Amino acid sequence: MSASGSNQWKDRLFRGLLWWAGLTMIFLAIGIFVSLVHQSWPAIRSLGTRFLTGRTWNPVSGQFGALPFVAGTLLTSVISLVLAIPFALSIALFLGEYFRTGPIAGLFKSLTELLAGIPSVIYGFWGLFVLVPWIRALELRIGAPPYGVGILTASLILTVMIIPYAASIARDVIDLVPQHLKEGAYALGATRFEVIRKVILPFARSGILAGIFLAFGRALGETMAVTMVIGNRNLLPKTLFDPGNTMASVIANEFTEAAGRLYLSALIEIGLLLFLITLVFHILGKWVIQRMQVPGES
Amino acid sequence: MKKVWIGFALTVSMFVVQACSSAQKTTTLLGAGSTFVYPLFSKMFSEYQSSHGTKVNYQAIGSGGGIRQLINHTVDFGATDAFMSDEELQQAGGAILHIPICLGAVVLSYNLPQAPPLRLTPEVIADIFLGNITNWSDPRIAEVNPGIFLPDLEITVIHRSDGSGTTYIFSDYLSKVSPEWAKRVGRGKSLNWPVGLGAKGNPGVAGLIQQTPGAIGYIELTYALQMGIPFATVQNASGKFIHPSVQSVSKAAEIPIPPDTRVSLTNTDAPDGYPISGFTWVIVYQEQSYGGRSKARAEALAQLLWWMIHEGQSYTQPLNYAPLPESAVKAAETLLRSLTYQGQPLLPG
Repeated sequence: MSASGSNQWKDRLFRGLLWWAGLTMIFLAIGIFVSLVHQSWPAIRSLGTRFLTGRTWNPVSGQFGALPFVAGTLLTSVISLVLAIPFALSIALFLGEYFRTGPIAGLFKSLTELLAGIPSVIYGFWGLFVLVPWIRALELRIGAPPYGVGILTASLILTVMIIPYAASIARDVIDLVPQHLKEGAYALGATRFEVIRKVILPFARSGILAGIFLAFGRALGETMAVTMVIGNRNLLPKTLFDPGNTMASVIANEFTEAAGRLYLSALIEIGLLLFLITLVFHILGKWVIQRMQVPGES
Repeated sequence: MKKVWIGFALTVSMFVVQACSSAQKTTTLLGAGSTFVYPLFSKMFSEYQSSHGTKVNYQAIGSGGGIRQLINHTVDFGATDAFMSDEELQQAGGAILHIPICLGAVVLSYNLPQAPPLRLTPEVIADIFLGNITNWSDPRIAEVNPGIFLPDLEITVIHRSDGSGTTYIFSDYLSKVSPEWAKRVGRGKSLNWPVGLGAKGNPGVAGLIQQTPGAIGYIELTYALQMGIPFATVQNASGKFIHPSVQSVSKAAEIPIPPDTRVSLTNTDAPDGYPISGFTWVIVYQEQSYGGRSKARAEALAQLLWWMIHEGQSYTQPLNYAPLPESAVKAAETLLRSLTYQGQPLLPG
């Protein structure tokens, strides 16, 4: 009797802790949003839609148009995602279907996970000293201005950085595809490629998409590695070889020395915009994943 | 496992006890601001602590942050590479003194085959950074560099991407020597650059210059000297070509200095001064009895600042900072004597 009483007490405490932690997270998210809106209010009021459509960012004359940064963020994120998907999918199939166990699988799994654990500043340095000279050599060959840094370089760095996120989730869901479905397909005379195409990928697609959206979110917000190789030019990029800038990068660059109320407020509004873009893609991702779900899958 | 925890707890408690006891014995002054002077300040403050006992905790968060923290009364002093604007002074809610501590300079570094010594005029610098001169073989560069081979190579301008006092000094200089720059770009810590690539910090700019053939960019003299990076000689307002060095930077301040020392030294009239130089100041409230500060704290601060403009100057040159010339020390002395606590001077007149 007494034992069950103390267990009940523990149960209540545990539930209380869970509630507390959960609610704190919700309040934090709302709190961040509210304070971003509050702090960017001066910029929202005085700049209006010019903030979204303006192409000039000039702290000296007080012109704050964020379009070049929005373009830079979306361009680098989308390009890196497009480049990352085939690699991530191959890794996931390799580790989730072909080599599920054994020393090779273990090694490859650890290596992929290691990629996710490398600090972004290391990626930035690697990009600056290894990738940038390669891109410069390419630019010299095709006659583009040989900057080395730019949208393409930043996208390539981001690709390497987000592959492990997409790959590890995709691997987990491919691993979860029930054995009896695959065996059924083989029994009907399907080849391995047909099993992958007709059974594994359809079954796992919502999970694979979830990983891809997670990777995209990571690409949107990445700051340090991108700022080191993108060239930090506050103009709309015209080609892939042009230098550009991203939203996260301009905040990191200019926030510490931003003097003046409107300037500071405009930088915070960029933060708010990044928050909203991330939110929109998150909701979009949830919706797509739900639609893609195979009936019967939990 | 238990042992580890006990050891950890002991270490923490010892640390706490030590922190408390040292806080009782000595004053710890708080400062924040300029990253440029951080290496010099670290050296000065550790020497000052061993000779005078006063500890100084300085956080290199950037000049703008230093000004904000001083105005919010969270630090005893700020440090800045650009003097406070009249608007910022009005926000401070009390008179603020600018005490010059040392000088810094901005040099032009470049990447040309065989790294020839380069001479630049103000007009050429402005036109390169405006994008009017785009090739190293431009006759206007050759004109001031007789006998030097300048290749047919595109110029790539590299500038700071992060807001910086270095950018402020450089753009302040360009605004003085080029009406077109003043109109199109102006002066500031972050700019709307007409051309070029941005890189973060001095290491970022220097790294990108080293990698990019035909690049030119601006970095701090201190950093260039430390890293052994070659830089250009620049023509000053008197028409002389001056090679940047701690001596020629100190000489840039040999001009009549106004009593509040808020003066821009760029394009200096001093005949032997390097033209892209500037002071770094410590900023403090003139009346020190605010926010419940003790008189002992105010006195410790006044004594520290007095030491920094006298004995402390000996640490500048070994670290590649330019020391204050005599005239600037005199101006700083007068300012420090005007520091008060409840109307009473803190230093003997």
